[in-house]
Amino acid sequence: MVEIRWHSRAGQGAVSGAKGLGDVVATTGKEVQAFALYGSAKRGAALRAYNRIDDEQIFNHAKFMNPDFVLVIDPALAFSDNIIEHESPTTKYIITTHLSKEELIAGIPTLEGKEDRVFTLDCVQISLDTIGRSMPNSPMLGAFVKMSGMFELEYFLENMRRVLSKFPQKIIDANMEAITRAYNEVK
Amino acid sequence: MAVKFDLNEREVWDGNYAASQALRQADVDVVIAYPITPSTPIVENYGSYVANGYINGEFVMVESEHAAMSGCVGASAAGGRVSTATSSQGFALMAEVLYQASGMRLPIVLNVVNRALASPLNVRGDHADMYLGRDSGWLQMGAFNAQEAYDLALCAFKIAENASVRLPMMVHQDGFITSHTAQNVYPLTDETAINFVGKIQPIDDMLDFSRPITYGAQTEEDWHFEHKAKQHKAIMDSMPVIDSVFAEFKEITGREYNRVEKYDMEDADVVIVGLGSTVETARVAAKNMRETKGIKAGVVAIRCFRPFPYEEVREALKNAKAIAVTDRSSPGGAMGAFFNEVSAAMYTSINRPIVTNFIYGLGGRDFSIEEGERIFAEQQVHADAGYITTEIQQFSGLRGPKLAFFKTERS
Repeated sequence: MVEIRWHSRAGQGAVSGAKGLGDVVATTGKEVQAFALYGSAKRGAALRAYNRIDDEQIFNHAKFMNPDFVLVIDPALAFSDNIIEHESPTTKYIITTHLSKEELIAGIPTLEGKEDRVFTLDCVQISLDTIGRSMPNSPMLGAFVKMSGMFELEYFLENMRRVLSKFPQKIIDANMEAITRAYNEVK
Repeated sequence: MAVKFDLNEREVWDGNYAASQALRQADVDVVIAYPITPSTPIVENYGSYVANGYINGEFVMVESEHAAMSGCVGASAAGGRVSTATSSQGFALMAEVLYQASGMRLPIVLNVVNRALASPLNVRGDHADMYLGRDSGWLQMGAFNAQEAYDLALCAFKIAENASVRLPMMVHQDGFITSHTAQNVYPLTDETAINFVGKIQPIDDMLDFSRPITYGAQTEEDWHFEHKAKQHKAIMDSMPVIDSVFAEFKEITGREYNRVEKYDMEDADVVIVGLGSTVETARVAAKNMRETKGIKAGVVAIRCFRPFPYEEVREALKNAKAIAVTDRSSPGGAMGAFFNEVSAAMYTSINRPIVTNFIYGLGGRDFSIEEGERIFAEQQVHADAGYITTEIQQFSGLRGPKLAFFKTERS
């Protein structure tokens, strides 16, 4: 079982990101769960989304998890939200930031000593450059593909094209570029 | 002719989307709705299927849930296949008309996405609305995940419209936990689905002008009691129809449904009895107890809440030693209603096992595997002692000091 927790603000696309990821993972024959916890949240409110991935049907419906991956798609939430909650000694963090990894960790004491498990990229800038507005979910998917090693980039892109098929070609192409750039830039 | 909707053999759908696809495939004639979180996407999607030509139906927006169910009563009495969806406050506002629908024996299918009732205001899931419907004369079935929300919605039309049943039916799923959680769902093809559900066969439809009839007549004391008794008997008599529809569904899909579901019950000493998505989390806890503690734990789940399956509950729990019955609704000064029903079934059995009550998960409070394991371990203590070692009713997952009521009377 692989468990993933997304930290996001309402409107940044964590829910769509989690569902898109679930959709692609399911095509590999695995069972998936994608859910989010939000109440009457307004745009900009902090929220969390979740994925579970397993070889067998997933029966656990609790929100509680010890995440294998924590994906932070809002730069400020890395500082203000408790992103290490219920972490395990092997939890990997992918955090969107314009800072270098060293600068980021210096600002978040709870990440100290976890340098080899913290990965960074600037999902906001990548989405501004490619999609034309701040939509950090797509880049985060590219970074996750790289760091999880769960699938080849080409396989992921091909399936994301299908997930996004209801959108105009221009938007699909921009998302593919965002995912590819993030895949290459995360470190 | 409706536009073909492209479906894959395996989809990743949440419970709401799954239910709306079932409405499309069942070729529902009319959906009359006033949307409310978290059930909104069910009727919203149906509306878009109509607008985009995927279904030849009518989507009617009205000014309240009371009007929505009133419209459903009219459309159903006119002879159409009718469905809608609601939650929580909307369900409460519908309550008056729910009794009208069941009293008139109209086979409406209501998708209820379970949500807490205010106050305090809360959009998350608990079973307060489901419990509010339990005496309304509707059949009630519960889905534990998105696949089941889809499967049971299809079964519901076939059960409700059966000539010997002719009762409205609710299909429940847990707000957010099921309605907004995307999971692998394996849909039927449109052709298989409609062949399974079949076309509605109107009975006494009001648009048959050659044979005028009256719906909702006044009876006062001379006939009211006989009508209600007949209605109760019809609900009780729906059990074999439900079983046969489930059997037919299994034949075409391989997916098995029972009015009472049993998991790891062959030799279970300690049991959690539950409703809704919690059942699946409890199954994981039971498996862990067996693997790590050697405790023979099992889970019994009520698929069919109305008619309540007393005999099947008794049968499922006949060898259990200690049972925790879990209620996800504020009991309001009593034991949990579900606890009372299971206790009634077990008190009239030969083996009267220990039964305790847990109130949990109100307003969407998380129910973890760990909490399930704790409840199992406590049942084992009761079973070993031979009596209830705690209060009979406890609150599970509540912050602050422990809240518990009633002790066993022991001389």
